[in-house]
Amino acid sequence: MAKESGKIDLHCTVNGQERELQAHPMERLLDVLRERLQLTGTKEGCGEGECGACSVLIDGLIVNSCLVPVAQVEGASIRTIEGVATDDQLHKVQQAFIDCGGAQCGICTPGMVLAALNLLERNPNPSESDIRTGLAGNLCRCTGYIRIFESVVNACAEDIRHTEHRKQEIELPNDRAQH
Amino acid sequence: MEGEKAPIATSTVSYKHLKKAKAVEHLVGKSMPRKEGRKKVTGAALYIDDLTFPGMLYGVTVRNPAIRGVIKSINLGGDVPWDEVTTVTAKDIPGENYVALILNDQPYLADAKVNHAEEPILLLAHPDKYLVEKARQNVTVEIEDQPPVLSLEDSIARKEIVWGEDNVFKSFLVDKGNVDDVWSRADFIVEGEYSTGAQEQLYIENNGCIAIANQKDGVTVWGSMQCPYYVHKSLVKLFNLPEEKVRVIQTETGGGFGGKEEYPSLIAGHAALLALKSGRPVKIVYDRAEDMVATTKRHPSRTKHRTAVDKDGKLLAMEIDFDIDGGAYCTLSPVVLSRGTIHAAGPYFCPNVRIRSRALATNLPPHGAFRGFGAPQSIFALERHMDKVAHALGLGPDEFRRRNFIQTGQTTATNQVISEKVDWGHLLDRAFELSGYHEKRTRFARENPTASKKKGIGFASFMHGAGFTGSGEVYLQSVVGAEATREGRVQILAASTEIGQGTNTIFAQIAADALRVDFDLIDVSQPDTSTVPNSGPTVASRTCMIVGKLVESAVLGLKQTLVGCGLLNEAYSQVEFEHACRHYIDRFGPLKSLSKYQPPPNVLWDDDKYQGDAYGAYAWAVYVAEVTVDMLTYEAHVDDFVALQEVGRVINPVLAAGQIEGGVAQGVGFALFENVVWQNGRMANNQMTNYIMPTAADIPPIRVHFEETPYPYGPGGAKGIGELPMDGPAPAILNAIENATGISINHVPLMPESLMEELGPKSAGRAVGPS
Amino acid sequence: MRAFIPDYKIVTPAALNDALALLANEPEVWRPFAGGTDLMVLLEAGKLPHKNYLNIWSLDELRGVSVSDKEVSIGSLTTYTEIQSHEVLRTEFPMLCHAAAETGGLAIQNRGTLGGNIVNASPAADSPPALLAYDAELELVSATGARRIPYQGFHTGYKQMQIRSDELLARVFLPRRSETIIHYYRKVGTRKAQAISKVCFAGVITRDQERITQIRIALGSIAPIPLRCVKTEDSLLGQDVNEKTIAEARESLANEISPISDIRSTRDYRLRVSLNLLEDFLAGGGSAGGPARQR
Repeated sequence: MAKESGKIDLHCTVNGQERELQAHPMERLLDVLRERLQLTGTKEGCGEGECGACSVLIDGLIVNSCLVPVAQVEGASIRTIEGVATDDQLHKVQQAFIDCGGAQCGICTPGMVLAALNLLERNPNPSESDIRTGLAGNLCRCTGYIRIFESVVNACAEDIRHTEHRKQEIELPNDRAQH
Repeated sequence: MEGEKAPIATSTVSYKHLKKAKAVEHLVGKSMPRKEGRKKVTGAALYIDDLTFPGMLYGVTVRNPAIRGVIKSINLGGDVPWDEVTTVTAKDIPGENYVALILNDQPYLADAKVNHAEEPILLLAHPDKYLVEKARQNVTVEIEDQPPVLSLEDSIARKEIVWGEDNVFKSFLVDKGNVDDVWSRADFIVEGEYSTGAQEQLYIENNGCIAIANQKDGVTVWGSMQCPYYVHKSLVKLFNLPEEKVRVIQTETGGGFGGKEEYPSLIAGHAALLALKSGRPVKIVYDRAEDMVATTKRHPSRTKHRTAVDKDGKLLAMEIDFDIDGGAYCTLSPVVLSRGTIHAAGPYFCPNVRIRSRALATNLPPHGAFRGFGAPQSIFALERHMDKVAHALGLGPDEFRRRNFIQTGQTTATNQVISEKVDWGHLLDRAFELSGYHEKRTRFARENPTASKKKGIGFASFMHGAGFTGSGEVYLQSVVGAEATREGRVQILAASTEIGQGTNTIFAQIAADALRVDFDLIDVSQPDTSTVPNSGPTVASRTCMIVGKLVESAVLGLKQTLVGCGLLNEAYSQVEFEHACRHYIDRFGPLKSLSKYQPPPNVLWDDDKYQGDAYGAYAWAVYVAEVTVDMLTYEAHVDDFVALQEVGRVINPVLAAGQIEGGVAQGVGFALFENVVWQNGRMANNQMTNYIMPTAADIPPIRVHFEETPYPYGPGGAKGIGELPMDGPAPAILNAIENATGISINHVPLMPESLMEELGPKSAGRAVGPS
Repeated sequence: MRAFIPDYKIVTPAALNDALALLANEPEVWRPFAGGTDLMVLLEAGKLPHKNYLNIWSLDELRGVSVSDKEVSIGSLTTYTEIQSHEVLRTEFPMLCHAAAETGGLAIQNRGTLGGNIVNASPAADSPPALLAYDAELELVSATGARRIPYQGFHTGYKQMQIRSDELLARVFLPRRSETIIHYYRKVGTRKAQAISKVCFAGVITRDQERITQIRIALGSIAPIPLRCVKTEDSLLGQDVNEKTIAEARESLANEISPISDIRSTRDYRLRVSLNLLEDFLAGGGSAGGPARQR
């Protein structure tokens, strides 16, 4: 295939699969993932690195794909939300988001799941402030973050979770009318 | 920066649902997992920008660079292959050039005159998304300026007449008793003035639509939206087509909060106009800057209160003037005003009430729906004012309210008799116990004088009516359908949209419970006007209480049909239900049931006098906020938040708690963070970097508690919930800030810059210095 | 996306020498592009007029933190994440770590670089006040050699710097100090994360009893450049901290900074908060020898 003028050849690994493509060097990784590779789970919320909806992992580091020109991912290994669940088996973070109401409208959810997963991979037993800091780059307008915090706590391995966490999480049924 | 290992003390929600519910177990009251949760957490859910069509063009909007004026010329310049670009102006519109809504005054594309900054003038489309943007930047529009009106004050003063004869879109008068007779005999008269700013909905998914249009088949639009039938209605007019030639399909919607109530009608029309002219599918998806600068925001408001009280602390009269800034076109302002007006006197009994309200025109971009819909504005004023009155009387804010809370059998401002059981004393006691209100109030009073970080605690007590106001639901005539398949699955057919709040899930719970079948057998249709009936818009906290009830009756209709023709007994198993569906469909064809809205008995509303039963039911709530004010930086932080509410039966505790928490977070933003900076009639800080919503680091623990008094006319006893949590945070937080600083501040957003001004010149720093 | 992407070029040099050669041979044509956290925002907004970029992200010569007895040397491509995790930086230069931790979220901290924060030359940048207070020096390299200059004075006006178009910022040096220093860093940006500063204050101080023996103060967002407040320092050096000196210092700082009103904040707010923080730094700097105070 003849190369369109100004485009460059790129090689990278996306969700474990080697990919070759041609793109303008300044195209955003976000657009290349979504439009060229049809990986539309990565979302655009702000286009300026503020909301985190476009979060992906590059070589194991979480980044905003709207701020990465595709020329800079030559040779890199990229993980998107599509690469989180394996063989129809949800990642424990994904399952926790479903169980705890961590996803509402869902548009921030792929980025938030990746941020949570990134946090837990680095710190399997985060405190509340660790969770808040770890997710502060991902904006959610629906949840007020509380269900997301609970999702992260629930995704911690049961045996290492803080006892305080556990106590909270199974506390009390819904209040019923007292009169 | 070692973080302390604190527990996440936030929730009162049970996770027992993690064990799979059995088929015939009651589902209402259980936290069933979100229906579409799996596709959302895997990234498989498809939003509008995730869709492409073969041959699709990208559309963009050329907007008014000035404010108010006359269009002199439109020039297509620059190094752009203009012959490849599809262009649409007002002249290309085949039908009516207005967004059909209430007054039909907003054009799809400005023709000759412009009335606000960023008003759409010209549409462009091209297959290359980069090139079409380049084309947009090479259009110059010349406007002959006319003087604009950019504030409520100037609109009221009629500095210019910019709309109609008097700049007034709509006014209401609510008159109960006779306030005029009271002033002379009142022991206390307390006045106050309060204001609220514009607020951006800031759904994380920007607005967008894709359209296909041609002469033969008509118009089909996919989009991110709350109200497919609003879009449908406006497209019918825009293209002058019969209703069946217009089809509107809601795609997965990444948040709305009111911001996708009326505005998508405009984008859908734009995409469809370009599609018609080009003969190709056209996608218009706004970027964040465009979405923020051009689309609707919460109406700014100003409220004046004059209140008469007797020596026992009983309300004698409330006179309230409530004005909102509607922007340049009417859009939904009359109904926003209506809700704000009716909520302006709150959950208090007062024998004499007069509320005068106006929605006024300015030359700002039209303000529109945003969660709460006028009520957060008037409730902010009222709940600040109640603290002020209490202070003037020398009573605690709680004691003054206790003496005036509305009780069952008493009347609201519109003379609606409260027939529900409501126990305000209990709600207040419980909220105070949960928040440690009294203990903290005492402790802060002791500690604050020597602290450079001052703490405060405050609360707001309020109500929120569910469903359309007054006779609105009767006019809407909403319909929900249910259809069974041969396999015994049940499809819910409604135009009510899932926008994150849990529509799909609660509809399935309600339906499964009513039919006593498995939750997983219920499917909720994608809203598509060609296949679902009009269950009304997804607004006004009506989806659960009103539409949910229709879901319940629609599926019961299926059951009745099966029972009626002898295929099913009154008591049946799931297997028997499945067999009955199969037999019915094999013998008679499709098994479908429609249910149409019937008002509860004895609900009467007088639209002319604005008297009567404004809402079928109210949710009642007490919210308590605890704050720290940093006297070095004038920043206020919310440390703890208790949200206690009575909302009827809670259908799904996890989803309901999520609604409350999300609403509280938006309320925290409304109170302390979210400031629309207006410059030259347009939002100057139209970036997420500069219009700051709360992050995960800013939100306090939000402790959500429900009281449940089943409402007989709601599905499973439920009332509405969606908007309620937007009402309480701002006044509770400002009341807490007054408790912390001793300064009464009557406007939001309260940015640190403004708090500094309010605190005065001597407020600086620590105890060192001139003080 | 408001930029016409096909117009933009990025070239990736194999090594630092190749990059410097290109900058020397084609003057004014190429500009460096590192983590992109600022440039891509401008690109998105259609406000990036320069079209040709030199991708320096992969130049390992510009990465890494090394420590000698005398100083710490930080490669200009060191990310905020790397800064925060470096033990010597955490213990001896905590203000820089706080600045790094408060710049954007994790995703930004993984891409944003110390060098980028300097040469992007935003007056609201988070690390420059800390670098100024720590008496940082910069190493600039070009095809013709390297030069080392004090960071103070590097910014000469809004977005103006003492760097030639054929030069790259290679390293940042921080002199190590043996004595106990009090560090005070405070970024004020209304929200607790992802904020752009309205005022950013960095100060270090040493005292002998009440007498100030060393003091360096720098602020961000209160002038066209990140500002080392030398006059205020001079007014305080050798003085005892008391109400009078604090009042004089406030007055001195008020004259030294020149905040403006913009869409993020007001002149009055920036001024008063700056003075409040100065006072807090002087009067309340009670964390002697401890890490920098957290917000």
